[in-house]
Amino acid sequence: MHIHKLEKVWLIFGVAMLAVFLTIIGVSAFASGNQPPSDATLIDPTKVDQTKPFDKPGLTKIDDGVYEAVMVSQAFQFTPGDMEVPKGATINFLVTSKDVVHGFQIVKTNVNMMVVPGHINSMSYTFKEAGEYLIVCNEYCGNGHHMMATKIKVVDSE
Amino acid sequence: MNAISKKLKQFEMERGMPAAEIGLKEARIGYAHVSFSLVALLIGGLCGLLQTMVRTGTIPEIAGIGYYELLTAHGLMLAIVFTTLFIYGLLYAFLAQSFGRFESFPSRLAWLGFWFMLLGVLLVTWMVLAGEASVLYTFYAPLKAHPVFYIGLVIFVIGTWIGSAAMFRMYADYKREHKNVHPPLQAYMSIMTVLLWDVATLGVAATILFQLLPLSLGWTDKVGIELSRTLFWYFGHPLVYFWLLPAYIVWYTVIPKIVKGKIFSDALARMSFLLFLLFSFPVGFHHQLLEPGISAFWKYVQVVLTFLVIIPSLMTAFSMFATFELAGRRLGAKGLFGWVKKMPYRDVRFLAPFIGMLFFIPAGAGGVINASHQLNIVVHNTLWVTGHFHITVGAAVALTFFGSAYWLVPVLRGRTLTPAIQRLGIWQTMAWTVGMLFMSTAMHISGLLGNPRRTGPAKYFQDSIVADWIPYHTAMAIGGTILFISIILFLVAMYKLSFTAPRGTEEFPVAETEEAAMDTPMFFENWKLWIFVTFALIAFAYTVPIWHMIENAPPGAPGWRLW
Repeated sequence: MHIHKLEKVWLIFGVAMLAVFLTIIGVSAFASGNQPPSDATLIDPTKVDQTKPFDKPGLTKIDDGVYEAVMVSQAFQFTPGDMEVPKGATINFLVTSKDVVHGFQIVKTNVNMMVVPGHINSMSYTFKEAGEYLIVCNEYCGNGHHMMATKIKVVDSE
Repeated sequence: MNAISKKLKQFEMERGMPAAEIGLKEARIGYAHVSFSLVALLIGGLCGLLQTMVRTGTIPEIAGIGYYELLTAHGLMLAIVFTTLFIYGLLYAFLAQSFGRFESFPSRLAWLGFWFMLLGVLLVTWMVLAGEASVLYTFYAPLKAHPVFYIGLVIFVIGTWIGSAAMFRMYADYKREHKNVHPPLQAYMSIMTVLLWDVATLGVAATILFQLLPLSLGWTDKVGIELSRTLFWYFGHPLVYFWLLPAYIVWYTVIPKIVKGKIFSDALARMSFLLFLLFSFPVGFHHQLLEPGISAFWKYVQVVLTFLVIIPSLMTAFSMFATFELAGRRLGAKGLFGWVKKMPYRDVRFLAPFIGMLFFIPAGAGGVINASHQLNIVVHNTLWVTGHFHITVGAAVALTFFGSAYWLVPVLRGRTLTPAIQRLGIWQTMAWTVGMLFMSTAMHISGLLGNPRRTGPAKYFQDSIVADWIPYHTAMAIGGTILFISIILFLVAMYKLSFTAPRGTEEFPVAETEEAAMDTPMFFENWKLWIFVTFALIAFAYTVPIWHMIENAPPGAPGWRLW
């Protein structure tokens, strides 16, 4: 099959660019560990309240400047509600759902993951700047979906 | 289709009967689908307009129809019904143009498919308007709609399968009568498009029939959510190519004729469609990058495969601009960009698809961003994504369909496109362009500011960021209003072309291939091989992760009705 010389140049350039992009995101993913949230942990979605650690959702300090936020999504709220951490704290978020699929997005950050019943999803984030951070559900979950949100306060530590 | 039917067509043309470009019977089939799609366009467009108004708080909910019912209807009517019905009408016209008369068996199949689609859409619409199915057009498990909603969807899909069977039959008949000859390019591309749809809908049919419908009927009380979502997105991404390919058929085979040029290469056009078939399926995980229960490794594999499906679009872009430049030079254009001045911008049949192509340049770049593994996290489920497919399906595809309707509808109705309707078409196209620039730009930017998609009028405790989103909501409402005006102008033009324009023979624009282009190799007709390779790639990309999903399935989740 005949391919015009200029088309060959165009396609070689295009495919080379795609290869460059894939190499960059591949190295970032597998060498630097920048993977999208892909937690494989399972949970019975009908027994969230009885399953550790979701029987006691909340914010726990697990190390100096490191916190674990165990959170439950359900229509149309996040538990626990407002949380507070000092500036510079790292929070490991562990989230699951008691009913339908929800989203978990912290506005102005790169925290964004799907919360699927039967699964636990997780991400870590270090809050370097003080202020109020808004957590919203960004997956449609019912007629109160747009009211599903909470906040994290990041305060200047003394 | 055979010598007799060709003679009949000839006879009809000599007598100057209506719809001389294609037969009356064929035209009726095409027009039934197209007119049905226009009704969906009106309803879906109206819902979209009302949505922008509700989100800005300009109007409260109307007659108890809430934001999410509007959103469900908007998505279903435009993304599923308008697109699919218009596509089927367009493809029947391409096949009638390519093959001449339809035999009675495939004609009856085409009508049967049409009635199934109509029945399916009526059932689904009834359920949505009755508030029994506010599950959006993605109906993710474990949201549980009324069983009739799922039954309607199944009947609709069966209708599309019957219609595609009619098309396959016509293609097979032609091949039997014409050994060792390539079926016409438009016919090849049309068949590729419905084949892609059929393979894609296997996934969504599986999750509806085996998971969602039994749950809704109460036959089962639990559902495996990740499996359902994976089956949905196995369908969801090729779905966008099902929208795109008919637009590409117009770009490859119709636009060259309108710009007084030729098809750059028949073989490369077929090659790009073949690549779409092969690479459209093993890519669904790029919609599920942020989900638990799927390993990051298999997500990356599908990201790589997603990038392969960019290649046929690069080929298409080259062919288009090569066609434009060659046509421009024939018309006396000089220099690298002289052709730009030689294009028929006052012809809506060219202008609307051409602006669609321009929209597709940033849209394609945005698509690469969305599929880029880690980068997806910045935009996932924000209004950026909504903006993305308003410039893909809502601009590149929709504008191409609009531009095509200005010759397709008069061809199907035995009428002619008058200069007055041409001018109306230019205004309509400009309105759509301006409206979509407002809407999609606002969506993209506010998405980057974190504004979630598919979300009603949210206050979020009066957070300061919400105030930052407000101007963009206003811009979306302005865009939505202009877009709706464009729909009204379009429907006025379609009404005139259907019922009041002068009778006559409108040209069915089909371009010839450049003489310099090489012969098309016969391997394109090796359907068994290509279908095998398609399924082999699907098996490669999905077997291990789906096996993993089933092996390591969590306890099932019950269904919920939360509206």
